[in-house]
Amino acid sequence: MSSYTIYDAPKSARIDRLIDHIYGNMPQIEADRGVLLTESYRATEGEPMITRRSKAFYHILENIPITIRPEELVVGSTTVLPRSAQVFPEYSYDWLEDEFETIATRAADPFYISDETKAKLREAYKYWKGRTSSELATSYMSAEALRSIEHNIFTPGNYFYNGVGHVSVQYDKVLKIGYSGIRAEAQQALAALRITDSDYVTRRHFLEAVIRTCDAAVLYARRYAELAAAEANACTDATRRRELMQIAENCRRVPENGASTFWEACQSFWFVQMLIQTESSGHSVSPGRFDQYMYPYYKADLDAGRLTPEFAQELIDCVWIKLNDMCKVRDAASAAGFAGYSMFQNLIVGGQNQDGEDVTNDLSFMCLQASMHTLLPAPSLSIRVWNGTPHELLIKAGELTRTGIGLPAYYNDEVIIPALVSRGLTLQDARNYCMIGCVEPQCPGKTEGWHDAAFFNMCRIIELVFHNGMDEGEMVGIATGDVTKMTSFQQVFDAYQKQTDYQVELMVNADNAIDVAHAERCPLPFLSSMIYDCIGRGKPTQSGGAKYNFTGPQGFGVANMADGLYAIRELVFNRKEYTLADFKEAMDYNFGVGTVAPADVERVTAEIVKGLVAGGQTIGESDIAQIASIVHSHVLEPAKRDKFMRLRESIQSLPKFGNDIADVDALAREVAYTYTRSVEGYTNPRGGIYQAGLYPVSANVPLGAQTGATPDGRLAYTPVADGVSPVAGCDVSGPTAAANSVSKLDHHIASNGTLYNMKFHPSALAGRSGLENFAALIRTYFEKKGSHMQFNVVSRETLLDAQAHPEKYKSLVVRVAGYSALFTTLSRALQDDIINRTEQKGWRD
Amino acid sequence: MEQSIRMVQGRIADIQRFSIHDGPGIRTIVFLKGCPFRCRWCCNPEMQEFGIQTMTVEGKTKTIGRDVSVSEVMQEVLKDRAYYRRSGGGMTLSGGECLAQPDFASALLETAHEEGLNTAIESTGFADFAVIEQKILPHLDHFLMDIKHMDPAKHKAYIGHTNERVLENAKKIAEKANRLVIRVPTVPGFNDTPAEITAIAEFAATLPGVEELHLLPYHRLGQDKYSWLGREYTLADIQPPENEHMQQLLLAAQRSGLRCQIGG
Repeated sequence: MSSYTIYDAPKSARIDRLIDHIYGNMPQIEADRGVLLTESYRATEGEPMITRRSKAFYHILENIPITIRPEELVVGSTTVLPRSAQVFPEYSYDWLEDEFETIATRAADPFYISDETKAKLREAYKYWKGRTSSELATSYMSAEALRSIEHNIFTPGNYFYNGVGHVSVQYDKVLKIGYSGIRAEAQQALAALRITDSDYVTRRHFLEAVIRTCDAAVLYARRYAELAAAEANACTDATRRRELMQIAENCRRVPENGASTFWEACQSFWFVQMLIQTESSGHSVSPGRFDQYMYPYYKADLDAGRLTPEFAQELIDCVWIKLNDMCKVRDAASAAGFAGYSMFQNLIVGGQNQDGEDVTNDLSFMCLQASMHTLLPAPSLSIRVWNGTPHELLIKAGELTRTGIGLPAYYNDEVIIPALVSRGLTLQDARNYCMIGCVEPQCPGKTEGWHDAAFFNMCRIIELVFHNGMDEGEMVGIATGDVTKMTSFQQVFDAYQKQTDYQVELMVNADNAIDVAHAERCPLPFLSSMIYDCIGRGKPTQSGGAKYNFTGPQGFGVANMADGLYAIRELVFNRKEYTLADFKEAMDYNFGVGTVAPADVERVTAEIVKGLVAGGQTIGESDIAQIASIVHSHVLEPAKRDKFMRLRESIQSLPKFGNDIADVDALAREVAYTYTRSVEGYTNPRGGIYQAGLYPVSANVPLGAQTGATPDGRLAYTPVADGVSPVAGCDVSGPTAAANSVSKLDHHIASNGTLYNMKFHPSALAGRSGLENFAALIRTYFEKKGSHMQFNVVSRETLLDAQAHPEKYKSLVVRVAGYSALFTTLSRALQDDIINRTEQKGWRD
Repeated sequence: MEQSIRMVQGRIADIQRFSIHDGPGIRTIVFLKGCPFRCRWCCNPEMQEFGIQTMTVEGKTKTIGRDVSVSEVMQEVLKDRAYYRRSGGGMTLSGGECLAQPDFASALLETAHEEGLNTAIESTGFADFAVIEQKILPHLDHFLMDIKHMDPAKHKAYIGHTNERVLENAKKIAEKANRLVIRVPTVPGFNDTPAEITAIAEFAATLPGVEELHLLPYHRLGQDKYSWLGREYTLADIQPPENEHMQQLLLAAQRSGLRCQIGG
């Protein structure tokens, strides 16, 4: 049962200095991994892929530059410069080469890249043409799937171009027996093989690869031990010298062996975390239940008098900073979707053990305290909540929420555990769940969850319905009939379902193609050494080595489609005030917004030309003709324009999802099912099933920018609603009403995660009573079977000021969508989206 | 009997969920229309008149006031029952002045009690005490009562009525109510000197059973409504009090021995 002491230990002076250091430079791209990987690949041509991967891993760890940052207590950095990124050409590379000249100045997540690095990478990239997993995946996809991707109906971009990540490994095992122990297990399995086994060859190569990567990890830690010892010798400050000597000692012992102290456990944990992200570029490598697996080491030290709670807190704070000292470079489009340099390293505290007892402990509180001390985006801190959660833990979490950094996210055991059981997990494994990345639950150490398999834009589907499967002159969907001839709401809804089902099929085709490409080209022996039951099954996670296998693609736009279909049902079929043809035409003309009256064509053309000339451009006759033709394409009779605007006003005056209105909420539930049920029943190449999620990360902004006007009155190219949240600004009845609406969706079936963002004005959480009410709000939403909740607590004024004066708000962290990011690093459009989310005040009039 | 109180009709201006500054826990406020006072800083001027009226908001006409039954109100209030249970919250009547519709207020409070909800009113106490005693107090858990000024002349100048009845009722309510909290809207130029606040606090401290006093800093959130109603906002040139000044007033109030706080 839970037992704990709350220390609220103060912040050590070291912490701010470490933070200043890692935020002292612009993130940079480093070439070392890419170059070493390529060297190794060139030297191992013709060998089995799993062997080549392990040799490349070894070669990288043997040679990659290492560094100890000033005053660190926990060491190990994937890059020489803080918050910088290595590259992973085995997945894809051409986008980076294309962006060499623009990546330092792009809007989302810029990186500096030196000419020297560019030259080294250009040389390395020569090898990769035709050898990447993304090229193989493309060749495996059906033409129809590729076309839908091109038309942005869904985007499997995440794993298409990068490693998979999205995993929580057996940290507990490494802490306990070290890589020497895992190596011994692999050795034993190897010895047990019989040369007559049908899969002898693949098993042998896999196990040998595991052993090699274990050796590589040990070798890497020893390099750090030597570096620390050398720095200790050269150090004149006695205190720091002692620290460095202890660091050297720690790195000699772990992760080769089991940890014997809490400090060693922190060091061992960190090596696991950073090395996984050296083997693959997959993000969302999630520490999971840190408070649970670290606790025995903390407790033993505390009982033996070797450790004070204050020093334990300092070590945890140091680990938190290391989690922020790692970056990934993504292509410009993905960077916009995952904005904020985030690695989505989700770490969760509290909750039940496998026997259903609450296991909140000292460390659960200390993890919350570490985020209060560092106020940084990583880790993506989460908290498990159930009836047995100590009230004090929720209050402490509320205090952290009140700081406005968007952490922690709150998860409901009472929904997630049964949801996982419904997907085939044992009750024990389900009770032990942790969170991956944004909001995706899994049983740690036993799962290859492929949790972020694709984004599925539910708004694009309605466009296909309205155009009988056509998009921009191409047949992308299927023919569901001329929408203007449909005579009942059910017909419209059925067409929506059919278009969804077809696109889901294509998405499954695309995801499975990528899945196979990863298995063939990028198996991960090191990662697999820490996932049950890869050693037993003799194969990597990419080939089905894990006990549990899933593929989880996310739908988003539920709220827009609920409001939009409600508008159609109400205005066309119930009130008969408009026709489907009216809707179609109005949406095609973006409800009249941005159109030009026929009489104004000449004037508008002349104005554009004048503007261009004033801007220093030379404009010829043919240019003018071209501009005129573009203007012509926006021509609309004023009478029609007025009619479209009237329609939009009628739509806007209808009830909306998010206000606790039974009728609309019931339709929203059905709309969510069109996607979540459609995904059920498909299988992946690893022997697992598909499960839907309902969340967009921050892709609701860039993917909204590729989406035309929708029947909820949303204008073309504007953001789509995020997660299961109501459309921004439409939930006007306060947080309880909004939460009630959202809770009416079926969160169990979206077992890959749902995401509900709520924004609060700080006054709502003021004082102890503010925290009590906040805790009550969460408990009640969870009682109503909502699954996740997260909060932005920052005033609108603050955000507007931060937009105007980014230099004053370098450290302003906001919750974006399942993760926290530095506000000033987000694109303008995403900033606007965050500002425009309805602020839920505690009303006071 | 039960049927009949749920059918009592009254006039409301609005229902607001998730109110967390007007009584304990998460609450729903029902704003009743009509008020005998005309406080110049009032942030709900559209609720002062009993008559149904219109307001022009950004070119659109909005009707303020609708006649509803207790049962219709309760339907909305009960949507958040689960939140009240978790937070110890409930229903608060405000306005306007809920005592101006005593039968309706009484029926709402009684029904809320029947439903097991905690009840509060936010009121000036400006009514016949017999009405308060018989119709309101039996169904009330928290009386949040405004006392705005101790000087009758100034009270009249800013509010339209002198304060004798308010002060007299405060004494009687204190004796009979379950729990009485005194609230002071702190308005620059009206009552924001330490002396004025001290006078109110000292009076409040003499009331039996009163333990708490809340200073509610003046805010301008209602200012736009005056122009929407085509009315003049006569306090246009005053600024919300600085935080520092509020702290001073808080210190002054605390000398009375009451538990004092800024905000509800």
